[in-house]
Amino acid sequence: MALSGLDIYKLLPKTNCRECGFPTCLAFAMQLAKKAVELGRCPYLSPEAKATLEESSLAPIRLITFGKDKKIELGNETVLFRHEDKFYHPTAVGFIIDDNLSDKEIEERLDRINRLKFERIGQLLEPELVAIRQNADKKRFVEVLKIISQKIDLSFVLMSSDIDSQKEALSCVADKKPLVHPQGKENLQEFAKLAQEFKVPLVVCSSDLEEMSHLTKALKKQGWEDLILDITAKSLTEEIWNLTQIRRLALKKKDRSFGYPTLMVVDEKDPYLETIKAADYIAKYASIVLMQGTQPWQILSLLTLRQNIYSDPQKPLQIEPKVYPVGQVNEKSPVLVTTNFSLTYYTVLGEVEASRIPSYIMSVDTEGMSVLTAWAAEKFTPDKISSSIESFGVKNLVRHNRLVIPGYVAVMSGDLEEKSGWQVIVGPKEASGIPAFLKNLTRTGVG
Amino acid sequence: MAMELVKEKWLNAINKVTIGSTAEEGGSRTKVVTLGGEETLPFLHAEGALPYKPVIAYEVWDTPARDWPEGLSSVYGKVLNEPFAWAKICVEEYKAELLCVRLVGAHPDVENRSVEEEADFIEKIRKSCGVPLIVVGCGDTTKDNALLPVCSQVLKGEHCLIGSVTQDNYKTITASCLADGHNIIAESPIDVNIAKQLNILISDMGMPLERIVIDPTVGALGYGFEYAYSIMERSRLAALAGDKMLAMPFICFVGQESWRAKEARTAEDQHPEWGAVLERGIIWEAVTAAGFLQAGADILVMRHPKAVEIVQKNIEELMGK
Repeated sequence: MALSGLDIYKLLPKTNCRECGFPTCLAFAMQLAKKAVELGRCPYLSPEAKATLEESSLAPIRLITFGKDKKIELGNETVLFRHEDKFYHPTAVGFIIDDNLSDKEIEERLDRINRLKFERIGQLLEPELVAIRQNADKKRFVEVLKIISQKIDLSFVLMSSDIDSQKEALSCVADKKPLVHPQGKENLQEFAKLAQEFKVPLVVCSSDLEEMSHLTKALKKQGWEDLILDITAKSLTEEIWNLTQIRRLALKKKDRSFGYPTLMVVDEKDPYLETIKAADYIAKYASIVLMQGTQPWQILSLLTLRQNIYSDPQKPLQIEPKVYPVGQVNEKSPVLVTTNFSLTYYTVLGEVEASRIPSYIMSVDTEGMSVLTAWAAEKFTPDKISSSIESFGVKNLVRHNRLVIPGYVAVMSGDLEEKSGWQVIVGPKEASGIPAFLKNLTRTGVG
Repeated sequence: MAMELVKEKWLNAINKVTIGSTAEEGGSRTKVVTLGGEETLPFLHAEGALPYKPVIAYEVWDTPARDWPEGLSSVYGKVLNEPFAWAKICVEEYKAELLCVRLVGAHPDVENRSVEEEADFIEKIRKSCGVPLIVVGCGDTTKDNALLPVCSQVLKGEHCLIGSVTQDNYKTITASCLADGHNIIAESPIDVNIAKQLNILISDMGMPLERIVIDPTVGALGYGFEYAYSIMERSRLAALAGDKMLAMPFICFVGQESWRAKEARTAEDQHPEWGAVLERGIIWEAVTAAGFLQAGADILVMRHPKAVEIVQKNIEELMGK
């Protein structure tokens, strides 16, 4: 928890010397509490006070960055439940590749992984990691790493309990800043030295919380704090409990020995059960999930879950309110009205595309609310729709004056016709009815 | 010294709700299902008792299921046109613990079946299977107000779960359920305050709190899932912190939502990058269900037996100590 201005004031010299640039120590303390100034501006701070203040300004869960261009950011979460603020750094999803597979099998796996790219509501969803797991000797481990780095653009996790293999692998891909996973707690000090040398984060493994706390404290003393906690255990209940405890200990008790991101390995042969287990981890705080299965349906569902859980509950995803042409539109194309809530817009878009009938979608600014919510909140009204038709210049796009509105707001038809001067056609209630509706509309020559 | 964990001391538990009643209790069910009773958040066994596992109810319609995609309807095959055979398969083959009977055919836009026809149908369902029943109306307010009280009467003594009632329409159905000894589904539009308000209104009519189940109106994975997820978390936290007017179990209509999702329906040739459509539909339903389990779902109403099987295994693991 951040200290209050008064808490900080108690730690300052209280001499009001003004050397920090503020008239009083209290004024300086207030600015410190707001994180508006640097602590260093007070020249007379006692070492103890300095340590306390520095500690308190640290995030309770350390932000860990790694991977190519350091693009993977994990940790630095602030809440236990997403509605309290939001979850900041989405779970990184990755695939384990065992080095005892044949080159052909590995290449096939890589091809499948490379195809795992999905677009949902305007965002690109893709996995982030590929983990090379050692089952054979050093030579093979490094060889497989080389095959993989030529074929894939994801960030790496190096899974090996052999220091020499890790060292050689790290020197091969040092610029890609991989994550070091020592597959256990043997030689942890040595691994930490290695991680420190290459400036990469290290995974600490233990399914026992008390032991985990001792291990991270020892590593911190040794000087390496870029850590990720692998708490994969024997049972799912134990794992959910430990994931929850780690988050609670870090946030509620400010226990820094648990203030790190977490990693879970899904060990489940059946692809359905593997997916469900990964889903549980994603919902319950895991920062990294490593799995075997590469079926598109597995990963699409998991990345969608991640997108949902990590979306900002305070800000619904919105799109820019304007007229969007879909397909080869012309002056006869139908005009469909909807809101600017991303989910609504992209659902409508998907169905219009599926209908293969070129159309305009007019997205009205409803502040990111869905059709019924916006209607109830008076953000989706005949006035608003009429003025959007004007300001978007819809008249210049088409040579008819027919407007399709969502079935759920059929009740506004009369009022809207009066206000806009356009002829209102009531569309289906659910977006799924759009293809049939549009086909019917163009067949009857209305569109 | 052992490490000190962070264990919350909750002030309140979720109500226990029992669905079904056996011959000794005045009904004709072969067994009863009890749910709720949680003394802590989902699956945190070390913090409080979780006496009952979440239960999955199979959906059965009074009329041929329409708009079910191939991957779903093909599992049931011809029985989708034959409600009694459909119910029988769910109970005998898929070992359903609960059936959720939906009176879709009564809707004026569907078949506009009369109240008498539906009452007759419900009576036959009651006789043909022994599992506890959930009965859901057709969704048309006027029709449901006429239909559900009659169903309630036909099922008197069976201790069913009947719904849904909403803030604007609860009196008629609540009065019947109260008189005939049933539990009730209180539906609120992804809103904790309305959920609470509705529970107060229903209990003001004399309905005991332990006969109310909350339907928070869930969305499928990718289709508003996270809204209901957070509403359920907020509601459950408030209940455990002492709010008795929110201490009800949740029912989540996972099947109807997830099988509407584009991802569960679209053929592979339209979206080759999404993978096999059958597995995709099944996993969409299963992940939606698993997600809501983590937010506190007590009853999951589902459709695909494979999805049910997967989620059932997940529940077993999550309930294992």
